Amino acid sequence: MRDHNELKKIANSMRKNIVQMIHDSKSGHPGGSLSAVEILTALYFDEMNVDPQNPKKEDRDRFVLSKGHAAPVLYAALAEKGYFSKEELFKLRKTGAMLQGHPDMKGTPGVEMSTGSLGQGFSAACGMAMASKMDNAPWRVYALLGDGEVQEGLIWEAAMSAAHYKLDNLVAFLDYNGLQIDGKNEDVMNINPIVDKFKAFGWNVIEIDGHDFDQIFAALDSAKETVGQPTMVIAKTVKGKGVSFMENEAGWHGTAPSDEDLANALKELGGEM
Amino acid sequence: MKKIATREAYGNALVKLGKENENVVVLDADLSKSTKTAGFKKEFPNRFFNMGIAEQNLIGAAAGLSTAGKIPFASTFAMFAAGRAFEIIRNSVCYPKLNVKICATHAGITVGEDGASHQSVEDVAAMRSIPNMTVIVPADGVEAEKVIFKVAEYNGPVYVRLGRSAVPTIFDESYEFEIGKGIEIKEGNDATVIACGIMVNEAIKAYEILKEEGISLRVINMPTIKPIDTDIIVKAAKETGAIITAEEHNVIGGLGSAVSEVLAENYPVPVKRVGVKDTFGESGTPNELLEKYGLTADEIVKAVKEVINKK
Repeated sequence: MRDHNELKKIANSMRKNIVQMIHDSKSGHPGGSLSAVEILTALYFDEMNVDPQNPKKEDRDRFVLSKGHAAPVLYAALAEKGYFSKEELFKLRKTGAMLQGHPDMKGTPGVEMSTGSLGQGFSAACGMAMASKMDNAPWRVYALLGDGEVQEGLIWEAAMSAAHYKLDNLVAFLDYNGLQIDGKNEDVMNINPIVDKFKAFGWNVIEIDGHDFDQIFAALDSAKETVGQPTMVIAKTVKGKGVSFMENEAGWHGTAPSDEDLANALKELGGEM
Repeated sequence: MKKIATREAYGNALVKLGKENENVVVLDADLSKSTKTAGFKKEFPNRFFNMGIAEQNLIGAAAGLSTAGKIPFASTFAMFAAGRAFEIIRNSVCYPKLNVKICATHAGITVGEDGASHQSVEDVAAMRSIPNMTVIVPADGVEAEKVIFKVAEYNGPVYVRLGRSAVPTIFDESYEFEIGKGIEIKEGNDATVIACGIMVNEAIKAYEILKEEGISLRVINMPTIKPIDTDIIVKAAKETGAIITAEEHNVIGGLGSAVSEVLAENYPVPVKRVGVKDTFGESGTPNELLEKYGLTADEIVKAVKEVINKK
C-alpha cells in the first residue's frame, strides 16, 4: 500500500474506534493503545502477509501484542482488516463477548497469542520465530512491547535467546511512550539506556518516531536486510496520541473516557463515527 | 528387580518418539544431562533448544513453538518448572490450551543431598490448580515411557512429574496406560491404598506386610492426578470402606487432596493421607529422607490400621 493518506485514514478510524470501545466498556487502556496505532496500521495494512478470510493459513506472518493491555489497538486493527465485524468492538470486556480485556487467541480470529501478563508474549514470539526458522519457513514474527514491560525479567531472558538463536525473522517494536501506571518510566524504574541494553543483548536496534510511517517502513525494510540478528525498533511515541487531553498523561493509562471525554475526543479525531 | 529412574525412561522414550514424530521438539534449561533430554539432543540437534538457565522463557518459547504445530517437551527440575515458571504455564500454556508437555524431573524429597531448596513437594498442587492442565506422576520406568507416548498423542498441556532416583520396575511391557485412569494392581477388601509415583512400590510392600497379618489391602496405582479417576475411587470406597493415599508430595494439594475431594463429594469414608506433612525437606540420602519424612511401607501399614479402626 504505502499510500500514506490511506494509512492515515485507517489510523484515524482505529483511533476513533479505540476511544469509543473503551468508553462503551467503561474500562480499558486508551493511552498505550493510541500510542501504537501507526505501528499496527503499518504492520496490518502493508507489511504483514495475513488473510482475514483465512486467519490460520500456514505461511501467515504472526503478530504478538506482548503489551496485551493495549488490546483495543489490536482489536481496532483486526476489525478494520476484516477479521470480524466492527460491532464486536463495542462489546469489548462485556460478559459473554468475544473481545476479552486482554487478547485471547482461542476466542478471537487473528489473535496469535493470548497475552496480558507482561513479558510473556515476547517470549512466545521468540518461540514462534524459532519454529519458522527450524522449518526454513518464509513467515516472520512481529511483536509489540511496552516500555514499562521491559522491566520484566522475562523480557531479557527472551531477548538473550532471540540473539542466541539468531532470530532474524523476528522484529519487535518497543512502544516508547515514556509512561507507565505509576508515572514516568524514569521515576518508576529507569529502563535506560534502552538502546544500549538491546544492542548489548545482540539485537539490531533502530530508533524511530513511532508515528511516522516513513520511519516505520524504513525500520521494517532494514530488519529484512539484517541477517543473523533480531531487530528491535525503539519507537518514540506519545501516550494517548491523537487526543489532546490524553497525550502524555499517565492518568490515561487505564481510565475509560466519560461521555464528555468521548465527545471531545471524537470531535478532535474528525467527528462522529 | 530391574531399577531405573523415571527421568531415565523419559529420556529413552523421547529418542524413540523423536524418530516417530518429527514435530516433537525438546527444550531444556541447562540441565539436559540431569533431565536426560541429552539423548534427544544428540540424536536430533536441530530439534533441541537449550534455553539456558531461564525457566520462564523455557516455557514461553515452548508455547510459541506449539502455536506453529510443534510438540514441545520442556524439561527442567520440578522446582523451577512448576515453581518459577508457574505463571507462564498458567497464562501462556494453559489459558490458550496449547500443546506443551512439561516434563519435570527431580521432583520430591528423593532429590536428596541438594536439600530443601531443590525438593519440590508443591508442584502437583500448583499444576493441578490450573484449568486445562493434565497432571501425571508415573510410578516406574515402564509407565513413564508409556506416559510419554500417550501425552504426545494428546493435544493439550500436560505436566509429567519424574524422579531422580532409580526405582524398582513394577509393570511389564504389557501394561497399558490411559490418561485419567487408575489401575487396581492388588485386590483387597479391608481398605484401599491409592498411590502414585515412587509410593506405588511402597504400597505394594505394605500389601505384603498386611497380608501376613490377615488384612486384605487393595492397591490402586493412580498415575493421573488430574483428571482424577472418580469411578475407581468411589468403587474402592464402597467396597473397602477406608482409603489411604500415598505420595511423595505435600499432603496438601496433591493426590491426597484430589482423592479426598472425590470422596467428600461422592462417598465419604475414613481417609488417611501419607505424604510430606506440610514441611520442607533437608539434605540427606533419598532413602534416609524417605524414612525420616514418613514415606515408607511401614507408614502406609500404620495408616491402614488407623483407618480400619475408624470404619
